[in-house]
Amino acid sequence: MSLRERINAANEEALRRIVAADPVLVDVAPASEVIPGLRDRMILHSGPPVAWDRMCGAQRGAAIGMCLFEGWANDPAEAERLLNSGEIAQEPNHHHATVGPMAGTITRNMWVWVVENRAFGNRAFCRQVESFQQFGDYSAEALAALAKWRDIWGPALGAAVRKMGGLPLKPLVARALHMGDEMHNRVVASSSLFANAVAPVLVDCGLPKEQVLSTLYYTGNHPFLFLGLSMAAAKASMDPARGVEASTVVTAMARNGTEFGIQVSGLEGEWFTAPAPRVHGLLLPGWKEEDAGLDMGDSAITETVGWGGFAIGGAPGILAFTGGTAEQALAYSRDMRTISVGTSPDYLLPALNFEGTAVGIDIRKVVQTNTVPVIDTAIAHREPGHGIIGGGIVRPPLECFSRALARFSEKYQG
Amino acid sequence: MLRKTVVRKNRYLDSVFLMRVARRIAAQPGIQDASALMATEANRKVLLGMGYGEDGRDAEFAAAGANDLVLAIEGEATAVAAIAADLDTWLSMASGASTEPAQEPRSIAEAVARRPDCSMAVISVPGEHAAREARAALKEGLHVFLFSSNVSVEDERSLKLEARDRGLLVMGPDCGTAFIGGAGIGFANAVRRGPIGIVGPSGTGLQEFSSLVHQAGSGISNGIGTGSRDLSDAIGGISTLMGIDALEADPATKAIAVLSKPPGKKTTARLLDRLRLCSKPVILCLLGAEPGSIEIPNPGSTSKGPGHLWPTATIDEAVCLALGTAGVSEPEQLRPDPASMRAQAAAILGELRPEQRHIRGLFAGGTLCYQTQTSFLGSGLIAHSNAPIHGMLQLPDPWESRENTFVDLGAGLFVEGRPHPMIDASLRKKRLEQEGADPTVAVILLDFILGAISSENPVGDLLETIRTAQASAERRGGHLCVVASVCGTDGDSQNLQAQVRALTEIGVLVFPSNAQAAAFCREAMTLLAERKEVG
Amino acid sequence: MPVNLDELLQGKPVFINVGVRAFGDSLREAGHEVIYLDWSPPAGGDPRLAAILDDLL
Repeated sequence: MSLRERINAANEEALRRIVAADPVLVDVAPASEVIPGLRDRMILHSGPPVAWDRMCGAQRGAAIGMCLFEGWANDPAEAERLLNSGEIAQEPNHHHATVGPMAGTITRNMWVWVVENRAFGNRAFCRQVESFQQFGDYSAEALAALAKWRDIWGPALGAAVRKMGGLPLKPLVARALHMGDEMHNRVVASSSLFANAVAPVLVDCGLPKEQVLSTLYYTGNHPFLFLGLSMAAAKASMDPARGVEASTVVTAMARNGTEFGIQVSGLEGEWFTAPAPRVHGLLLPGWKEEDAGLDMGDSAITETVGWGGFAIGGAPGILAFTGGTAEQALAYSRDMRTISVGTSPDYLLPALNFEGTAVGIDIRKVVQTNTVPVIDTAIAHREPGHGIIGGGIVRPPLECFSRALARFSEKYQG
Repeated sequence: MLRKTVVRKNRYLDSVFLMRVARRIAAQPGIQDASALMATEANRKVLLGMGYGEDGRDAEFAAAGANDLVLAIEGEATAVAAIAADLDTWLSMASGASTEPAQEPRSIAEAVARRPDCSMAVISVPGEHAAREARAALKEGLHVFLFSSNVSVEDERSLKLEARDRGLLVMGPDCGTAFIGGAGIGFANAVRRGPIGIVGPSGTGLQEFSSLVHQAGSGISNGIGTGSRDLSDAIGGISTLMGIDALEADPATKAIAVLSKPPGKKTTARLLDRLRLCSKPVILCLLGAEPGSIEIPNPGSTSKGPGHLWPTATIDEAVCLALGTAGVSEPEQLRPDPASMRAQAAAILGELRPEQRHIRGLFAGGTLCYQTQTSFLGSGLIAHSNAPIHGMLQLPDPWESRENTFVDLGAGLFVEGRPHPMIDASLRKKRLEQEGADPTVAVILLDFILGAISSENPVGDLLETIRTAQASAERRGGHLCVVASVCGTDGDSQNLQAQVRALTEIGVLVFPSNAQAAAFCREAMTLLAERKEVG
Repeated sequence: MPVNLDELLQGKPVFINVGVRAFGDSLREAGHEVIYLDWSPPAGGDPRLAAILDDLL
């Protein structure tokens, strides 16, 4: 069998695994209890590995926030000294079957969504999505939201999900894609579907009324609630496709605000990075272009599995991100087929006549056509200490894919 | 008759979409009824009411919930089983209308996937990428028109060998013009279809030939470009020979013209062997061949049947012979009278100052530069050129003319990083200014080439510069003789008549072909040489 | 299905334009079918990567 044929067969296998995934939300639990290899005094972060001295402002701010949240430091200055000293280990989420939005920081007492891929038995984890600490804000208000998630919402949702015996996410996501979600920057429908599904069980869990009411209010009014779930579902769906010998399918795209990194199935364990690009988008009132940090977050796992920018043609609510025309949004989603191995039989876009979203990014096709994935994403501040400042479209640097291809050639042809 | 339910766990599809799926399944032969639903409590009741899974023996159906999809089919056992076995195909079928992607395809493979009926790739990417794209086209079963130049001989050879193995034609690299199946490709002029087929390496040679055929009232069946190196021994005439085979087999082709620079030695033999066996009349026009270097047995035989092969040295003659063999009468304008040319030349020479002794030919068409040199060499006149034929002199600095000079401004050096002079006149304009300022210049010979992607006004681009050159010669007390030919047809967008008129209005001598313009210049320069000797 | 050379000359070719758009435009204006490629140098113009792709894709 020629290498080309081996690659094609390997990519078909990778695609088969991604498409067969059956992500089910099975728990919400403290990171310390579920995330493999997460030690005390360790912070997991988004993107490829990055040393503290090269970390971007937002991620540094988020790390300071986690030191305060965990009680490792009493004030930001002490937290910074601690982080400078190197006493706090920092590792990428992706090395722990985990993903995190924006700065993506996770420590032992951060509760996480636990999604099990029942087709393969693997689990993946993602933390709560909010608009402050994950963007680098370490103020008392920002940390208070983490505490509420830890003390009230997380435990309540965990109890409800366990009582439900798990909540299948595949049908929920498929349905939300029909309702205008693309599972990255638009998760309004899926958040509502989730809130509806969980509400009666939550009431029936025997929890204190205050906790139930607070949690119902939280789930029913959080427009980005489901992003943590869609990210965990995407991660759980993608992980079985890792390590398929000779496959050129991308298994992760992740950014740390300093570098954009991708991982490739047939090159398991390696990262291919390039400087993080600037996000082209819209800023919230009061912010300027020069305030914006570079591309950041593990949320591009949604694009990796075929949602987000790959499904943006079905999300009219965020047309403004793509220049405002439905044609451009549809064109993005169609264009992604150019660089993919196949399409999903489950995740269909009515706007594209119910054709499936493109799945299985093939680094060969990316390099051949100079067409890089489309990612829609949020924007953080370049300095520590701020919440969300905007959102938009970002394209990964072609160099990530070129480097991966060169390495692939070295490994398999060399 | 069988009733069957099939459940897909954790599979959600929109209810309206599922109704379409059900309707399509229900329309299959042997199927009585079909329903596709999410297995909600209410939907399960409906199905139970219809008699599906009624006795609870169907465990899968009994266990199905709101997140599961259920398909219920009633019909003949084999038909039901066939649908159930292939359920995913039925569920994945997008709604009927295809969604043609708005974006243009990014690769040849993708383009072919979208349009499987496409047959030819027209490739004009920069040379360093051209071979790769051509290879991709061949892999997809496409014939190739390769305009790009700067493709290595090795690449050209491997492309053409691969193409031949696949029964595909590679026209080029460096192919400017072709006529395929009624389509004029590249620089092609608006030429009607007719009985004459042509195979040729060069764009402008093909353009001149086909335009003259059209002007004579006839037309071209197919015109196959081969690229300038095809007949070298390194390539061995792969495309030329394939082209001859194809034209011989083409019922629309009555006569075949082969236009070429001198082929390599081995290839000459192969070409002549092939032409001798051709069942159709063949005209072989070799430009720049050493006189007597190619011996053609049985030339000019008018008998029908294999072996009637006519050699010629000019495109005009080739046109006349082709028209003759195809049964079209020869146009008079292609049979010039040397005596009257000589008289016309003599009259003009009278106005020259003694130091005006040289001719400068500035060509957009490489073949026309070649043909002009052949014409001059035939009369023993020597000139310099950046692309000299055997017997002419190499111009040491291509940017600087000396004595008699013929410059091919479409040669590699001049078009690196610049559009071809047929598209952009700026380089030729500059060179023309240079020649006009040279007091030793007596005659300037130009070609103007109309056609699909040429400049919209080739004559207009140079008109002012010609006037300036004429005026400065007059200020010096002499006269500048500007001679030109315009290659094109009445169907070209540039308007052939208007182009010619613009030239004649400012006193340029315009001939109906480059061969005749060259012949006139040859007469003029012969006279000048004689006068110099006498003087 | 590849079109053989004889069919090509006697039929109606359908073109893919790769590169300068003017080539495709003139064919389209003359009534022929043309599919345009949105071409850019493959692999961002890196010949080494292009060679790898030749083997792998």
